[in-house]
Amino acid sequence: MADVDDTASGPVSEPLDLVRLCLDEVVFVKLRGDRELKGRLHAYDSHCNLVLGDVQETVYVVEEDDDGEETVKVGSMSLWLYSCVNWQLQTINKKSEMLFVRGDSVVLISPQGSL
Amino acid sequence: MENGTATQGEGRDPSGFLSEIIGSQVTVKLNSGVVYKGELQSVDGYMNIALEKTEEHVNGVKKRSYGDAFVRGNNVMYISAD
Repeated sequence: MADVDDTASGPVSEPLDLVRLCLDEVVFVKLRGDRELKGRLHAYDSHCNLVLGDVQETVYVVEEDDDGEETVKVGSMSLWLYSCVNWQLQTINKKSEMLFVRGDSVVLISPQGSL
Repeated sequence: MENGTATQGEGRDPSGFLSEIIGSQVTVKLNSGVVYKGELQSVDGYMNIALEKTEEHVNGVKKRSYGDAFVRGNNVMYISAD
C-alpha cells in the first residue's frame, strides 16, 4: 500500500488530475461571489490559478424590488425557482479573450462536456 | 514527528476516514451552504475533492448536475458518507 507507482498520466488518483484532464478543453468554473466562467483551460497550477481563453463570465446580481422585496437576477432556467419567493432574475455577461483567475476565488471546476 | 501520527489507531484519523469512503456516495457541504452529492473519486491533503455524477443543491433544490467536478478544498465545510 505504501509504494507509490505514480506514472500519473493515467486515471484520476488525486483531485487535480481531474483538472489536468481538462487542459485545452472547455470548462465550467464556479467562483466566489456568484460568478461563473466558461472557457478553454490553457493552464492551471496547484493553487487553482487558471488561464482561460474565450471566456464567458456570468455574474448573478441581487437587487431590491420596487416594493422593497429582495430580487435576485439570474439567467434562464433558474428563473422559476426564484419566482416563487419574489426574486427576479438578471445576469450580467462579459466576454474576454484571455483571463487569469486567481486560485483563491475558485469554488468548482467541471469539464463542460460532462454537463 | 511524534505528534499526532502515532497517537491514534489505524484508520481512526480524519484522513483515514476520507480514504475509506473513496468510491462511495457522499454529500459535500460548502461554507456557502451549497451542497454537492456525488460519488467520491479522490481527496487530497488540501481537501480538494473530485466527484463523479454530481448534483448541486442550493437551499435543498437541485440546481445543476456535473459528470465530473473538482471542488477546491478551502470551500469545504463537511464531507459525509451517505
